[in-house]
Amino acid sequence: MTSMFELRDITKSFGTNQVLRGVDLDFEPGRVTALLGANGAGKSTVIKVLSGVHEYGGTISLDGAPITVDSPGTARRLGIEAVHQKISDGVIPGLSVAANLLFDEIVTNETSRFASSRSLLPKAKEMASILDLGWTDAQFKGDVDDLLLADQQLLLLARALVRKPRLLILDEPTSALSKAEADRLFEVIEQLTEAGVGVFYVSHRLREIDRIADELVVLRDGQIRGRYEPPFEWSSALDDMLGQTRAETEERNDEMQGTSDVLALQGVQLLPKADPLHVTFRAGEVTGVFGLLGAGKTELASGMFGAAPFKVGAMTLNDSPYSPRSPSAAIKAEVFMVPEDRAAGTLVGDWSIARTSSLPFLSAVSSLGVLNAKSEHDVGEDVIKSFGVVANSAKDPVIALSGGNQQKVVVGRWLKEQPAVMILDEPFQGVDIGARHDLVVRVREVAKAGSAVILMSSDLEEIMQAADRVLVLVDGEIQHDTYLSQTSREEILDSLVTS
Amino acid sequence: MSTTANTDTTGTKGLAPAATRAFSAREFAVRYGFIIVTILFYAFFYWTEPAFRLETTFFSMMKFTSVVAITGLGITTAMTVGGLDLSVGSTAGMSVTISAMTMVIYAQSAPLAVGAVLVGGLLIGAMNAFLIVVLKIPDLLATLAMMFSIQGLKLIPVDGQSVSSGLILRDGTVAPGKFTEGFLKLDRGFVGPVPYPAILMAILTIVMWFFLTHTKWGRVMYAIGSNPEAARLAGVKVGLYKAGAYMISGVMASISGLILSSRIGQGDISAGASLLLDGIAVALIGTSVLGANRPNALGTALGAVLMGILITGTTIRGYPFYLQDVVKGAVLLLALVFSFTLSRKKHRHQPAVPM
Repeated sequence: MTSMFELRDITKSFGTNQVLRGVDLDFEPGRVTALLGANGAGKSTVIKVLSGVHEYGGTISLDGAPITVDSPGTARRLGIEAVHQKISDGVIPGLSVAANLLFDEIVTNETSRFASSRSLLPKAKEMASILDLGWTDAQFKGDVDDLLLADQQLLLLARALVRKPRLLILDEPTSALSKAEADRLFEVIEQLTEAGVGVFYVSHRLREIDRIADELVVLRDGQIRGRYEPPFEWSSALDDMLGQTRAETEERNDEMQGTSDVLALQGVQLLPKADPLHVTFRAGEVTGVFGLLGAGKTELASGMFGAAPFKVGAMTLNDSPYSPRSPSAAIKAEVFMVPEDRAAGTLVGDWSIARTSSLPFLSAVSSLGVLNAKSEHDVGEDVIKSFGVVANSAKDPVIALSGGNQQKVVVGRWLKEQPAVMILDEPFQGVDIGARHDLVVRVREVAKAGSAVILMSSDLEEIMQAADRVLVLVDGEIQHDTYLSQTSREEILDSLVTS
Repeated sequence: MSTTANTDTTGTKGLAPAATRAFSAREFAVRYGFIIVTILFYAFFYWTEPAFRLETTFFSMMKFTSVVAITGLGITTAMTVGGLDLSVGSTAGMSVTISAMTMVIYAQSAPLAVGAVLVGGLLIGAMNAFLIVVLKIPDLLATLAMMFSIQGLKLIPVDGQSVSSGLILRDGTVAPGKFTEGFLKLDRGFVGPVPYPAILMAILTIVMWFFLTHTKWGRVMYAIGSNPEAARLAGVKVGLYKAGAYMISGVMASISGLILSSRIGQGDISAGASLLLDGIAVALIGTSVLGANRPNALGTALGAVLMGILITGTTIRGYPFYLQDVVKGAVLLLALVFSFTLSRKKHRHQPAVPM
């Protein structure tokens, strides 16, 4: 049997970094193939190969005949259309909705570029009718920026569909959609498959895959690790995606259960359409917040730290009202955070370890505003010593250290004294196993000494290695809240799928 | 995302000796190039022009340098927090008018004139800060608008005229006051052979250098200019420090205005016109001094001194005035080549971008 599109042994490297290591994929008319993979697994590279953005090794054939997808134009001619996750990459602000719908035609001069929105209107309406969008004339003529995000997403989909693709690639298409809008999208997908279109559905949302996919393919480290037919065996698929199996996880017997409540969230809304969230973080334990991309982990972390205050809901810290409007307010209340993006969120130019370490607490290394170079250096050396940072001295620029050592510095700088709450957002990204182990040990010591430690991660192994209690976050809502000793890997993974 | 930039950095620590030697000429140029250029120009004029060798030439050169240097120090502070202050020239011009009005029209004392000017500079800085921090207008655009506004506003109370003693007021009477002796001494006084403005320049340079590099406030300002988000997440009140930087810039510009006013001896309405571009030029030149690649007070002062040497030297040699701008442009370009082309530093201080 030959497939419509057949990918064989697809490889792709960026410099020495091999991103795809021999990927085989088949797309059939009328079938939804779902792709699941963690961050950095190579999902977007697969999409970009298929849509002609990247050169690649290996072969692609269409209806049994080998083809070359060497540019986005070729991909389009072959009937491959992609709707990318980032809406801002697709819509052109400043143009009307109608002009955005007909943008490809305008570019190829099929429609006059001077066409008024009135003359574009009938065509645009016809396109929109594919998706039954039901927009008013005013909306068609209005600026595309005035559309809701969900409508912009649907606009891009309509634009892809008008060319009657044979293979439609949808990259995280529901991340901006409400449940009703997502349902509408699924109906469209069903209609498309009935009409014989192949759909390549890339998503982190397991329930959606469960609902619409005819085949599930799991990608990890640039290789296909598993293929599943419905009904999908989720715990096995997630093992394929996350990389480690239960047997490899080391047994732990150091679980701590905190007793005193420190930080309580009441009715906080993490994502626009999520239900209010109630949760309490306790001192003396490490709470791991597990969730896939887009589950609301970063929203939770930056809300508690005042970096992006919660719009709905309230918090108390040690039984007093706590509503930080800025990180500086949170820090005064001894709530600290290490942000997810180390380069953008913590590193300042080519600053040394000493400077980076002392920045949050400059008053401690200065008198009457004048910095004391020696005490500043000592702060850096302290971090180096207590976290085992591999560096020559505190004068070394942080940027010259390895990822793991950088992370030790930016975590260590907060832990000179005992914080009330220490929030770590994806602290082990780009961190080697040795440094991760060191960090886990230190962070657990901090919790043991009486801090509430909150660790956000999309990697379950990290949570199982470092945390005592686990919260599972799905679409901004908590689906599971228990101590690790009272749950299992399977139960945690199941909670991602079932509500 | 976050990890890509950081994973491959382990190997860079131990550069092979050969590689170090190969880059050392470049490194040397980046570190000392600008100082050498300054010394070379000085030596050139020194050997070729006898008039340049006079002690009085040196000190009058320093005196003329001071106004640009002090304005440049203000711009440097704004650049430190990642901004740029285009209103400094107008602020200096406004200061000239304010000081003249205080003394000539209102017949007040020199200290009061000085006080009024400094308060004026502080208020302009506060207004800039309000536009940038509270109204969130990009730095360049906000200070550009302020530049125009001040230029026009300062002329309203004086009906668009320069203010000098003997001015006929609106009601037909003659203005009662004049520039006081004490005020004129600001520019014309000496300590030994050294003119007051040169001393003021030296003091302000050292104060700003100390403030920016040895106090926690300066440290925080550099953090903001380099990575505002990292500064914010480390608990820095970014808006507050930005406001402070613009207020310092305003005060510095008003101090330049005081010296100008004392030098001209009347409320010349066109005073300070060229100051903005010269100030930006020396502040930018300053970023390249000693390979700092970031705004810094000592570099700015040195840049102003180099400008002074070139202006004085070319004037003594009898070059036409318009060649001065060519020379300024060439020196600025050279400085930019040092810091953008030759420097291997990957982490440059963020320049102000109007987006």
